[in-house]
Amino acid sequence: MTEIWHAFTKAIELIISLDPEVMEIAGRSLRISGTSCFLASLICLPLGSLIYSHHFRGKRVLINIIQTLFSMPTVLVGLLVFVLFSRAGPLGFFGILLTPTAMVIGQMILITPLLLGLTISALSGVSKETVDTATSLGASGFQTVWLVLREARYAVLAAVIMGFGRAISEVGCAMMVGGNIRGFTRVITTTISMETSKGDFELAMALGIILLFLALIINIVLNRLQQR
Amino acid sequence: MMKPLSSIIEVVDLSHSYGERKVLQDLNLGIGKGEVFALIGPTGAGKTTLLRIIDLLEVPGAGEIYFDGKCLPRSGKQRLEIRRRMSFIHQKPQVFNLSVYDNVACGLRWRGEGKNRIAEKVDHILEMVGLEGYKNRNARTLSGGEAQRVALARSLVLEPEVLLLDEPTANLDPVSTAKIEQLISYVARQHNTTMIIATHDMSQGQQLADRIGVLLDGRLVQTGNVTDIFRSPQNEQVAHFVGMENIIEGVISASNEGIVMVNIGGNAIQAVSNHPAGKEVYACIRPEDITLALSRTQSSARNSFQAKVTRVTSFGPLSRVEINCGFRLVALVTKISAEELNLQVGREVYATFKATGVHVMERKTS
Repeated sequence: MTEIWHAFTKAIELIISLDPEVMEIAGRSLRISGTSCFLASLICLPLGSLIYSHHFRGKRVLINIIQTLFSMPTVLVGLLVFVLFSRAGPLGFFGILLTPTAMVIGQMILITPLLLGLTISALSGVSKETVDTATSLGASGFQTVWLVLREARYAVLAAVIMGFGRAISEVGCAMMVGGNIRGFTRVITTTISMETSKGDFELAMALGIILLFLALIINIVLNRLQQR
Repeated sequence: MMKPLSSIIEVVDLSHSYGERKVLQDLNLGIGKGEVFALIGPTGAGKTTLLRIIDLLEVPGAGEIYFDGKCLPRSGKQRLEIRRRMSFIHQKPQVFNLSVYDNVACGLRWRGEGKNRIAEKVDHILEMVGLEGYKNRNARTLSGGEAQRVALARSLVLEPEVLLLDEPTANLDPVSTAKIEQLISYVARQHNTTMIIATHDMSQGQQLADRIGVLLDGRLVQTGNVTDIFRSPQNEQVAHFVGMENIIEGVISASNEGIVMVNIGGNAIQAVSNHPAGKEVYACIRPEDITLALSRTQSSARNSFQAKVTRVTSFGPLSRVEINCGFRLVALVTKISAEELNLQVGREVYATFKATGVHVMERKTS
């Protein structure tokens, strides 16, 4: 027990003193997950709008599949990216395995279903009357979807934040395709995993607290948004 | 009464159903340029569906609609072009979760208007509807009446050739209702905008429209000018709907040069009509056309009956008096005269009405 207490006080110290290693790892986590979330949003918001605004055979099935993939195991995504980008794999010539780029791609694949699904349900939350009103006022199909997207902006933003939360907190994929290389692909979650297995709790705990703190901020922002 | 010069909207043999339910059946209707047409009918009669089809929000099951002489296409880009010449104010005001200014400006932006033109037009229209101080307010924070004015401004700013209004004052308080009605008639006069107003409120139709159509159970039962509809309804349903409270079954006992005698259980009413003797009819008398007095007055009115008051109810400045003169009649008198005549249950009065105040319509025995 004293050991845990000792590690905890040490961890607080590391945070307060803005320990360079802690800051570097936390910064990399934010950068990689922020990038993957941003890029995934660039794909998912338009794609989600497209699926929302078109009626086609199998739409329900597609949405069901997307929702199922919300809980896609991170190691599975790691495996997929690894197989694709390993030297012998079909995309091996890119030579990006064990780089931050591979981690970004992995996290993008991981959160795409979540972002897509939540975007579609956010847009579907806008009333049919609003859509009709826009159409009656002379909006084209594209203009209507744009308005609906603006009407649903808080719910859409919430979706993006949820995606970011899933990206920054996952460990399986980051470990497999990033390799936890110090100063290069080492992020919060991979460090915690490694330090814990080494029995070195101080750094792990400090980073854990930072991760929790980030989750707290995300939650506060989410709550604020959902109340609007 | 204004005679429409040329139709801007022509509805031909229109039918529509939702699944099994037939919502509109064999509708034919022409709306003249600059005409204000009121579509009256109870809730569920199909008013909204008709407006939605005219606004190209829905494709009719059968029949055609011509807009300015051209047949509305069932799909394609042209639908948007035609829709942009109209504007439809839906029943529940759906303001967007944007500022009042952005709400009003969006239709113009969608049409690619320039920024300065938009600002000019929006400012002008907001002033007209009395919301000039609300530009930067989020429209969702407005009251129902204010939101409806934003919805109206949003449509009017587009200067549409045809304005469709679906129950524009439903769920509004009397003050807001009056404001909206004023705005509608102002626009109709100033801009000569063609309007179709769906309403279940007959007095609103009467007040705003040049011409009225009565829609009952998906059928356009009668169209005509205000007097036609209110004085001479074509059948019992319309008569009921337009507030003809006295609809009495009878048989014509004599017919001579446009004057008939209607026999109602032994009592005879004189009326202006051309129906032949022996015909089964309804005699309809508007309650406000019956005068009550304490003694038989000498007047030109052909019908006068001794009666007993059976019930008096008051609403607003009027009293509704039910009397029995061998048959049941309902009369509307001002509250003051009800007090002067001391109208109470059991009181003896004379009910008088003119032969021209009786509308006789054929009773279809089915």
